[in-house]
Amino acid sequence: MPSEKVLMRGSDTLAEAAVRAGCRYFFGYPITPQNELPEYLSWRLPEVGGTFIQAESEVSAINMVLGAAAAGARALTSSSSPGVSLKQEGISYLAGQELPAVIANMMRGGPGLGNIAASAADYFQATRGGAHGDYRTPVLAPDSCQELAELTFTAFDLADKYRTPVMLLGDGLIGQVMEPVVLPDPIDPADLPPKDYIVDGCAGREPRAIFSMLLGQQGELMQHNFKLQAKYDEITANELRWDEYLIEDAEIIAVAYGSASRIIRAAVDELRAEGIKAGLFRPITLWPYPKQALRDLAKSDVKIAVFELSAGQMVEDVMLSVGERAEIDFYGVPGGVIPTPADAAAFLRSSLAGDGKVGRRIAI
Amino acid sequence: MSEAAYKQVFRRPESLKDVPTHYCPGCGHSVAHRLVAEVLDEMGLREQTIGVPPVGCAVLAYNYFNFDMVEAPHGRALAVATGVKRVLPDKFVLTYQGDGDLAAIGTAETIHAANRGENISCIFINNAIYGMTGGQMAPTTLIGGTSTTTPGGRDASRDGKPIDISQMLAVCDGTVFIERCTLNSFKGVKKAKKAIRKCFQAQVDGLGFGLVELLSPCPTNMKQTPQQAWEFIDNEMMATFPLGVIKDTTGYED
Repeated sequence: MPSEKVLMRGSDTLAEAAVRAGCRYFFGYPITPQNELPEYLSWRLPEVGGTFIQAESEVSAINMVLGAAAAGARALTSSSSPGVSLKQEGISYLAGQELPAVIANMMRGGPGLGNIAASAADYFQATRGGAHGDYRTPVLAPDSCQELAELTFTAFDLADKYRTPVMLLGDGLIGQVMEPVVLPDPIDPADLPPKDYIVDGCAGREPRAIFSMLLGQQGELMQHNFKLQAKYDEITANELRWDEYLIEDAEIIAVAYGSASRIIRAAVDELRAEGIKAGLFRPITLWPYPKQALRDLAKSDVKIAVFELSAGQMVEDVMLSVGERAEIDFYGVPGGVIPTPADAAAFLRSSLAGDGKVGRRIAI
Repeated sequence: MSEAAYKQVFRRPESLKDVPTHYCPGCGHSVAHRLVAEVLDEMGLREQTIGVPPVGCAVLAYNYFNFDMVEAPHGRALAVATGVKRVLPDKFVLTYQGDGDLAAIGTAETIHAANRGENISCIFINNAIYGMTGGQMAPTTLIGGTSTTTPGGRDASRDGKPIDISQMLAVCDGTVFIERCTLNSFKGVKKAKKAIRKCFQAQVDGLGFGLVELLSPCPTNMKQTPQQAWEFIDNEMMATFPLGVIKDTTGYED
């Protein structure tokens, strides 16, 4: 029976979707603006026989996730920007040990303690691998509570399929906003495919070890890295996700993800109402980035207008995708200030006019 | 004489792989590994066990122990073990950690796992020095103790005094058994094995967090002969880290 439409806050949506995706273990440390998520799971997980632990630190929380993943479970941790910085060590180990996990980051203003307002300045950290070593983390960026619910399922599925940590990248806005959601039907964790690499006691089989340290002198670590890179190539080939809005005849294509895309989508509508052919390209996977799809849209008679809740991070992936095929303008607002659709519309108009009043021209 | 006249009375425990270790001559790790393995064998726990090694000299313990193991980042063994145990509450979960791992970089993880009363057993190797990285000061290095980062000796006014984490853990309500033993004598080794057995039994019975601290020789980094390393434990370490049961609420008979 399909679930009915309910009005839910973003944080609660992610939490409930995780439970429905078969996650029974949450380990986290409080940080604003995502406290509703652990608070929800603190009562919800015991209802379904799961375990909620408020860890002593973000560092401990991600390592508890690592242990739960090694033992075969779907496990989740969530935080906001400064807390996610603390989790980076554990994310690198998860990547190196090839263990599945889902990490949610409801981004806030930085750097440092910054503020508690919605921001999107952790793009580099999320997509470049915020910790040490040659690894990548699939990053999923929802623009609504509905998509957040669906991508939470996707995140757990990708994590298990590729044995990798996966990041759900939202922000304080999507965590706090309430929207109508139809939640996916629940999965019984017992119905998930068995895992042949976990440590659960060696009865009836040879002992297993899960580790990332390869000291061998015969290039063992290099081979392990090549194996990881082959996996990342496979993810890039199979798991790209993006959304296109009114781009067929567009003379200006906005590129934005997450909350920024919601703001500029309203601006695109405003311009369309005026007869200006505006469109929106919205990456949903930030790593891997839908480079080719964006490249295909980039033509000399099309302006590319990048809009971010940061001083300019995703714009670098746009530059890598578009190159010199089209002009790129950028408008970003860092520090937790949320621009209005009118601000975004002013940027698109300025970009079209080429007057440089809002945003700036990006030189390749 | 027939073959039947010979009876094997000593063998490699099944919980230890038949491989040479990388440990230095005179090091206590090999003895500690063997004690853990013997007790797991005797209690029939090998196939139920998930071990978490440290970062430090025992980082490669998964090459030596013959049961399931998962690596943890430096200091995070008890957080990783918490995750394992919460998913598999009926399995036997063991961490094996050195002084830097347990009492310096992992202090928060250690204290809070103990305070939650995680039903986990912890083997704590205290040799008062950093081994793997080459002889730097440990949190348990004695006052005046020289190391590659305290060439003039540990100075309490600069470095603080050696930390007694076993005593600190004893005040946590979640701990049920904590004993400090030594690996520098036959008597000490026998006593250590008994303590490990009691610690493991506490987990099997679901009582809470148990820890056995083992004073362990590190002749290489202490620049001692193995015999001097043993004497150092007797004559100097035990003054700062006295042996004995620090906490026991198990109610077990000895």
